Amino acid sequence: MESTRKPGVSRRATLALMGAGAATLAAPWVASAQAKTIKIGMPTILSGRVAQLGTSSRNAVLLEVEKVNAAGGLAGRQIEMVIRDSKGQPQEAARIARELVNTDGCEMLLDGEASSGSFAVHEVARDLGVLCIHTCSEASSLTADPKQHIPNAFRCVRQGIHDSIVGASYAASIAKAKGLKKWATCSPDYAYGRDTTGEFVLYLKKFAPDVEVISESWPKLFQPDYTDVITKILQAKPQALYSCLWGGDLTSYIDQANIYAMFTQMEVFAVNMADYTALTVVKNLPKGIHSGDRYIKTFPPTPENAAWGDAYKAKYSEYPTNWSWQNATAVMFLNEAVKKANSTDGKKVAEALTGLTIKCPFGADGTVTMRADDHTLVGYAIGWGTTIPKEPYVLDMKAGDWKTIFELEAEWKKSKGYT
Amino acid sequence: MDLDALASCFASPACLVTQTTSGLIIGMLLFLVAVGLTLIFGVLKVVNFSHGAFYMFGAYFAMTAYQLTGSFALAMLCGAVGTAILGLIFERAFMSRVYGADVLMQLLVCYAFVLIFDDVVRMIWGPEFKSMGMPAAFQVPPLFIAGGVVPPYYLLLIGVALAAAVVLGLGLARTKIGKVIRAAAHNPGMVSALGINTGLIYGGVFALGGLLAGLAGALAAPVRSLTPGMGFSVLIESFIVTVIGGMGSILGALIGALLIGLIRSFGSLGFPLYTEGLMYLFMVIVLVARPTGLFGKEAA
Repeated sequence: MESTRKPGVSRRATLALMGAGAATLAAPWVASAQAKTIKIGMPTILSGRVAQLGTSSRNAVLLEVEKVNAAGGLAGRQIEMVIRDSKGQPQEAARIARELVNTDGCEMLLDGEASSGSFAVHEVARDLGVLCIHTCSEASSLTADPKQHIPNAFRCVRQGIHDSIVGASYAASIAKAKGLKKWATCSPDYAYGRDTTGEFVLYLKKFAPDVEVISESWPKLFQPDYTDVITKILQAKPQALYSCLWGGDLTSYIDQANIYAMFTQMEVFAVNMADYTALTVVKNLPKGIHSGDRYIKTFPPTPENAAWGDAYKAKYSEYPTNWSWQNATAVMFLNEAVKKANSTDGKKVAEALTGLTIKCPFGADGTVTMRADDHTLVGYAIGWGTTIPKEPYVLDMKAGDWKTIFELEAEWKKSKGYT
Repeated sequence: MDLDALASCFASPACLVTQTTSGLIIGMLLFLVAVGLTLIFGVLKVVNFSHGAFYMFGAYFAMTAYQLTGSFALAMLCGAVGTAILGLIFERAFMSRVYGADVLMQLLVCYAFVLIFDDVVRMIWGPEFKSMGMPAAFQVPPLFIAGGVVPPYYLLLIGVALAAAVVLGLGLARTKIGKVIRAAAHNPGMVSALGINTGLIYGGVFALGGLLAGLAGALAAPVRSLTPGMGFSVLIESFIVTVIGGMGSILGALIGALLIGLIRSFGSLGFPLYTEGLMYLFMVIVLVARPTGLFGKEAA
């Protein structure tokens, strides 16, 4: 076989290229820090019952990453997201997280898992020392419990305890104004439902001591029929009902309770109602259900938030979810932390993230903070309002007071032995 | 345990009416799914593990028809007939090939189709949950009977399911087709020898099972959220019903379904934390006392 020397590449140029190659091999960090893209791994739930939330997390991350990349990337490195489906199984989430770091070469993790999976990914982060931001788990203990604390993990998510304090304070003000003393609860029978309801009732009684819970119902998760629960609540004749049912379970419950005219017989407080996944699906949304905000583009009532919601809808033809804004915020935090650290090194970024305050469309005052002592998100917009059957779906949002949240959260942590 | 609540309910006509209708609603929907399951088992000796998928398709067909036409009656019809056709195709194309195979093979085929059908729904309608919405005609205040609350839609639901039970019972007992089906269940070889197309009967029974489960799904669609996989939870309870009533018995399915419905509605008052457990406990008691179920026949 004949080979001819191609004209144009001189011996001198070849030598120069070899020299450059050798220099790169001798200093690999130069190549990895400057030439390569930066891979960020993300296990999340893309199939099964909560696939919609996982998909909305991926969408939000990609929306924000696109902006960061267009602006030059993280310290000059373009971000490449590696997103895998954990199917909502904790052991699978942990396996994927490990694989993303060890095999795919991801330098950071965004953990888009629900509570059960997030603790598994947290252990992987502890083991590998990789920078990890939890973006979906609302379980308070993930960051409140000092045993869970590691310097390289953060939580960019609303928290159960914050929701309970704000929800109970809002509910107590309505209870006092309308004389609602007899309450019933109806929440799904698993850790989230039991904990959230317990904390809500605890603070409700603290703010309005003459409230009494006269009926409790614990339907199982994904139960198709709530008729027995609904008629039981009607028999008890409470003046108000609290529920933390969510998603399809909540819409089923509303459809079934509607034909019993339940919503005309009592005030209903459903913390997870004001999320587009539920609001846009329920065909006959009753007027006047009290709900906490999950994600709606009218709260906080700022042009930045509305523009973000509209941009998401324009790109994906549906509204964002609660998981969306949290994931978007995580990318915003990473971007700002890398700028502050002027490096993509995980340790330096983690140091920069600690206590960092950034401008954010979802902040109560236009900013959010990654609290230094427990690495968790604070200062996000949190409030309650009442529903109407059409857009904007929720009116009269009353913002929660972060000063009160901080005070009661500190007490709660003490009572749990966390501080 | 809250036995006081249960006792005071029995003392109050209003509570009795509300809880009994609540039990009837749960029971009658379960009956429609369970009776197809028991019918298919009675005639074909196949435990159709994928039966819950028919319920799911009935709901999705009804929702789509309702969105396209705005007619509730058409939605119900599409839910039932569409699923019947699906049942027929499923039986002719796949199940008919494993009648001679052992039970494990049949279960595997059925389970494969549970997954396939869920994915088909996911591909066509998307993974997120959907809601059909209550037709305007039924968006009315509930009726008060003896002080008890009864939504008009649920009266319709109970009525339709009861009518289906009566037509099915009479059809099997009194008509020629019914006699052939019963004969095929008893001795398929002899029926075939008499020149009757047993393949047609088997397909027809599957279609009938599909029709009933599809009707249940369509009736449930206005009040239950629609998700891929929604058939599974109904299937488990339907199995409990058929085991209690006796595999192969239509009357058994009706009584079993009503008992489960009533256990749930009154159980949620007296035993709020153990309502699910009560159903299983009841099944265990029935199985210990009568291993073939309340109306099941001893194996020949």
